[in-house]
Amino acid sequence: MSARTTLATARRVLWQIRRDPRTIALLLAVPTALLILLYFVFEGQPHTFQKIGAPLCGLFPFIIMFLVTSIAMLRERTTGTLERLMTLPVAKADILFGYGVAFGMLAAVQAVIVCTAGFLVLGLEAAHGAWLVGLLAVANALLGMALGLFVSAFARTEFQAVQFMPALIFPQMLLCGLFVPRNAMAGWLHTLSWLMPLTYAYEALARATRPAPLGGAFAADVIAVVAFTLAALGLGALTLQRRTP
Amino acid sequence: MEAGAAITVEGLLVERGGRAVLHEVSLSVASRSVTGLLGPSGCGKSTLMRSIVGVQIVAAGKVIVLGRAAGAQELRRRVGYVTQAPSIYSDLSIEENLRYFAAIAGASRERIAETIETVGLGGREDQVVGTLSGGERSRVSLATALLSKPELLVLDEPTVGLDPVLRAELWASFHELAHDEGTTLLISSHVMDEASECDSLLLMRDGALLEQITPNELRAQTGKDDLGQAFLAVIERAQREADG
Repeated sequence: MSARTTLATARRVLWQIRRDPRTIALLLAVPTALLILLYFVFEGQPHTFQKIGAPLCGLFPFIIMFLVTSIAMLRERTTGTLERLMTLPVAKADILFGYGVAFGMLAAVQAVIVCTAGFLVLGLEAAHGAWLVGLLAVANALLGMALGLFVSAFARTEFQAVQFMPALIFPQMLLCGLFVPRNAMAGWLHTLSWLMPLTYAYEALARATRPAPLGGAFAADVIAVVAFTLAALGLGALTLQRRTP
Repeated sequence: MEAGAAITVEGLLVERGGRAVLHEVSLSVASRSVTGLLGPSGCGKSTLMRSIVGVQIVAAGKVIVLGRAAGAQELRRRVGYVTQAPSIYSDLSIEENLRYFAAIAGASRERIAETIETVGLGGREDQVVGTLSGGERSRVSLATALLSKPELLVLDEPTVGLDPVLRAELWASFHELAHDEGTTLLISSHVMDEASECDSLLLMRDGALLEQITPNELRAQTGKDDLGQAFLAVIERAQREADG
């Protein structure tokens, strides 16, 4: 692995995104637009807006980075550029971390915008500081990216890649506790939710936005998010094969 | 290893879907030469090239490239490979593509400008690759492989879809690379009129190597002046031998 190649890969990924105004809009404007939408949807229920909107500021990056990375990596696989990189002095880690640096930077910008809108303009409250929500947002973006890199190996076309959104992400959104407390769900769903990375991402965000002390449970949630990210990156590395049939 | 051979292949067997796509191919490619790999589409040229650059899972056989087993880490700096379909980023400009691959190869800015000139795209650096024609894209793809001045260049149908003038120019630069810089080039093609450009020919059909021969030997052996006709004669002879 070399810093030069990793950073060159990050720069190349950012160059690609720069050429695509719609993706930039999706990354930077859509989360805030959805948050504003939510604000008016819950105009008469500020309590509900706080309960859903505050953690959502840190979940948007997860969803969007998953989508963008799974497509970007699929294109890398199908256009032959990945195969070419595998014949060059490029370590698998250069590719994975190159994407990580690029999307981590984008996630930071995205988090600043959506957190500014949510906590400064729309009146959401983050009991332990909007900066903490912002940091969690970047961590969640990297989790989404790592999962997107991994699952891109299981799609043959971009059409198949977007299908992972309803198949893998929507169930996690429903079960993570954002809409219904997990202990109010059917027991087997509650058990299932423990296996899903988004559950820990949401729990950490919920704790960061509620006034109760953070405590060890918060640390455990953050560790779980990091562990899921590393595991997904490890599995992603396994799908980058130098030799293929 | 045979003296002066950049590539030696012995008993190479590649299977796909339970079917052999390369049947125990053996060959050697001389250093500092231009070797043409010729045969109809689907005869296994790309699979052979993929085996030589080490991205193909092989069932049996030995492939030695520049004294190392094909696919060895060290060879990634010494071997350049251009796939048939251009493998470059269509949403980047020509220059951005080359800057990325130059960063990987450790090539300088001057080298980028040089290779853009070599492939005849000077003055168009800022054009986005997605807006280029198919032939122009393959030239960008070729340029990315030239950046690092590899000792061995494996080019899969690099001249498909190019106009005759540009084709002649590219062949001239291939010869220049071989004779001035000592590069070994293995170039595949399915059009026989490019065969006369090569120092040596590998003739393939149905996953097997029919002949390893120079263009002049091929003409003499078959008594045909036209290399396309000569290749046909070789195929017919191979058929007769197989039947009888």
